[in-house]
Amino acid sequence: MIKKLTLSALAALSLSTGAALAAGESAHKLHDVDFSFEGPFGTFDQMQLQRGLQIYTEVCSACHGMKFVPIRTLADEGGPQLPEDQVRAYAAQFPVNDEASNMHLFDYDEGAARPLTENDHFPANNSQNAPDLSLMAKARAGFHGPAGTGINQFFKGIGGPEYIVGILTGYTGEEKVEAGTTYYENTAFSTGWIAMAPPLYGDDVEYADGHSTDLHHEAEDLAAFLMWAAEPKMMARKKAGFVAVTILVLLTSLLYLSNKKLWAPHKGKETTL
Amino acid sequence: MSGIPHDHYEPKTGFTKAVNGRLPIIGLIYDTLMIPTPKNLNWMWIWGIVLAFCLGLQIVTGIVLVMHYTPHVDLAFASVEHIMRDVNGGHMLRYLHANGASLFFFAVYLHIFRGLYYGSYKAPREITWIIGMIIYLLMMATGFMGYVLPWGQMSFWGATVITGLFGAIPFIGEPLQTWLLGGPAVDNATLNRFFSLHYLLPFVIAGLVIVHIWAFHHTGNNNPTGVDVRKTSKEEAKKDTLPFWPYFVIKDLFALGVVLIVFFAIVGFMPNYLGHPDNYIEANPLATPAHIVPEWYFLPFYAILRAFTADVWVVQAASFLTGGIVDAKFFGVLAMFGAIIAMALVPWLDTSSVRSGRYRPMFKWWFALLCVDFIVLMWAGAMPAEPPYSTISLIGAAYWFGYFFVILPLLGVIEKPTPRPATIEEDFASHYPGAAE
Repeated sequence: MIKKLTLSALAALSLSTGAALAAGESAHKLHDVDFSFEGPFGTFDQMQLQRGLQIYTEVCSACHGMKFVPIRTLADEGGPQLPEDQVRAYAAQFPVNDEASNMHLFDYDEGAARPLTENDHFPANNSQNAPDLSLMAKARAGFHGPAGTGINQFFKGIGGPEYIVGILTGYTGEEKVEAGTTYYENTAFSTGWIAMAPPLYGDDVEYADGHSTDLHHEAEDLAAFLMWAAEPKMMARKKAGFVAVTILVLLTSLLYLSNKKLWAPHKGKETTL
Repeated sequence: MSGIPHDHYEPKTGFTKAVNGRLPIIGLIYDTLMIPTPKNLNWMWIWGIVLAFCLGLQIVTGIVLVMHYTPHVDLAFASVEHIMRDVNGGHMLRYLHANGASLFFFAVYLHIFRGLYYGSYKAPREITWIIGMIIYLLMMATGFMGYVLPWGQMSFWGATVITGLFGAIPFIGEPLQTWLLGGPAVDNATLNRFFSLHYLLPFVIAGLVIVHIWAFHHTGNNNPTGVDVRKTSKEEAKKDTLPFWPYFVIKDLFALGVVLIVFFAIVGFMPNYLGHPDNYIEANPLATPAHIVPEWYFLPFYAILRAFTADVWVVQAASFLTGGIVDAKFFGVLAMFGAIIAMALVPWLDTSSVRSGRYRPMFKWWFALLCVDFIVLMWAGAMPAEPPYSTISLIGAAYWFGYFFVILPLLGVIEKPTPRPATIEEDFASHYPGAAE
C-alpha cells in the first residue's frame, strides 16, 4: 500500500510541481477575470474581439507591432470574424508607422511603404521600443501560487490576459524621471515602474455596439483580443481535445471490459459479459 | 531466446515454412509477443508501453513539424508561429510534440522509480538497467536540444546556461564549450547542430529501446515480489506466467488509454500549462530573463547543480584539496552528473539480497523519502537561487547522494527482510483467492 501511495503521490506531485515552471515574475497579486474563453468549453466572444481590435487599431498600434498575426485571419472562424471585404478595407487603411522595421513592405518607386493587403501580417513597430503584441497574452503569467508551484493555474488559467488587464488598470498616477526616461508607477509591473505611459483612461474609443467604454471594460476587451491574436486556433484546439477525450473514453471503456473478461478465468472470477 | 521455457513458433503452412526457413522473422515476432510474463505484474508495469507510445508520437509529430520548421536564428521563431497559425492542424502537432515530451519524462520517471522500488536493476538485469539509463540520458539531451529549437527566450538562455556547464570543466572547458556551440556563444551554428542532433538521437533511442527489450526478454520481467519465475519446466513456468499477448497487451492498452485521456485533456484544454511563458518571447541575446528555468523534468537535477555554492563546506574542501581546480561551478556540474551516475550504479550500491522493496521494511521508508526528495528538489529547482531555496536544495541533494551511497549499501547489511512468497503463483493466488484450481 505504501508503495502505491508514494508512487501515486509522486505521479500527482511531479505534474503539479512542473507547473512551477510556468511561473514567471510579477510583483503584485492580479485579479482573476472571468473571460468567456476560459475553461475547456470557453469560446471567444466575437463582439469582444472586434472591440479589442478597435482598441489595438486606434490606440496600441501607434507604438506596438503585431508582426506574427496575418491580417486575413481577422476573417477566420472563431476570431473577430469580420466579413472579408471589411478585412480588405481594414488592411488598406492600416498605417505602417515604422518603415525601417517593415522593409519587405517598402515600395522603392514610391519611396514609402506600400498599402497593406489582407495577406500581409500586421506591421512590426519598433519605433518606441515597445514589445510586439502578437504573443503577449501567452508570454506573461498572471498566477504563480501557492508557493511558486503554479497549481492555481489549474483553476484560474495561466493568467496572461489578466496580466494585461492588470497593467492597463494598474497605474497609480505617480511618475518619476530617471536618466531622461519617464517611468510610471504600475502595481502590476514586476519592478513597479513601467516606461509605458498610461495608454487607456476610459472613453478612449467609441464602440459601435454601444458597449461600456470605462477603463476596465476597455482593458478586458483588449486582453481578450490579444489572447485571440496569440492563440487564434484556441477554439479548434478545444474542439479537437474534446473529440479526442470522448473517443478515448469510449475506447478505454471497451479495453477495460475486454481486460476484465480476459483475466477473469485466471483470477477465478465469474464474468457475465 | 528467452530464459523462461515456453512453446516456440512452429510454421504450419508451406508459405510460413518457406519464409521462416529463410528468415525467422515470423518466429521472432511470435516469440516476442508470446513471451511468458509474470502474471502478478501490477499497474506500475504499464509505463513501458506508455514510453513506447511516446517515442512513436514524438517521432511522427516531429517528422511532420520538421517539414514546416526553419532552423535559422532569424526565422525559427517565426516558422513556429507559422506552424501554429497557417499549417493545417499545425497547432495540434506542435502542442502534441511539446506536451509529448512532458508525458515522455513523466512516464520515464515512474518507470525508473518503479525499478528502484522493486529492485528491477538487480542481477541478472543490470544491463537492462544500464541501457535504460543511457536511454534516459539521451532523452534528456534530445529534450534539451528540442527546447532550443523554437528559439524563444528560454530556449536561448537555457542553451547558454547548459552549454556553460561544459565550460566549467577545468583546462579544457572553454575550448570544449566553443567546440560544442560552434562559436563563442549560442548562435546559428548552435541552433543548426541542435536541430540535426534532435532529429538523430530519437533513432538512436529507438535502437537502444530494442536492446533494452531484448535484454529483459532474455532474463524475463521482474515482478512485484522479485521472486523468479520457475524455469525448471514448461509446466511450472506456465503456473507463474501468462503470455504477453493477449493478457498484457490488452491490460497495457487499457492503461495507455487512461493516460492518454489525461494527456489529450492537457493538450486540448491547457497546452501551455507545463511550458514557460518566456518562451513566447523571441530569443534576444541582449536581454537576460529574470529567472532562467529549465523544463520541469530537469528541475531536480538543476536544483542539485545550483545547490553547491561556494559557501558550502564540501565545496570549499574540494577546492582546497584540488588547489582550486574544482571550484563551486565545476563542483555543481559534477554533482548534477553524479546524481544521475548514482542511479546508474545502483545495481552495485544496493547490497540487499532481496529484490523487491515489498519485503524490505526499512527500505520502504527510505525509498518513500527519496520520492519526496525528488519532488522537493523539483520544486526548489524552479525557485530563485537564494535562501531558503538554496538550503532546501542542498539538503535534498545531500539526501539523494546519501540514499544511493550510504543508505542502500548499509540497509542490505542491517535490514531483516520479511518472508517472501515461494512462487509467483502463490503471490497471485493470495490476491485472487478464487484463482486456486
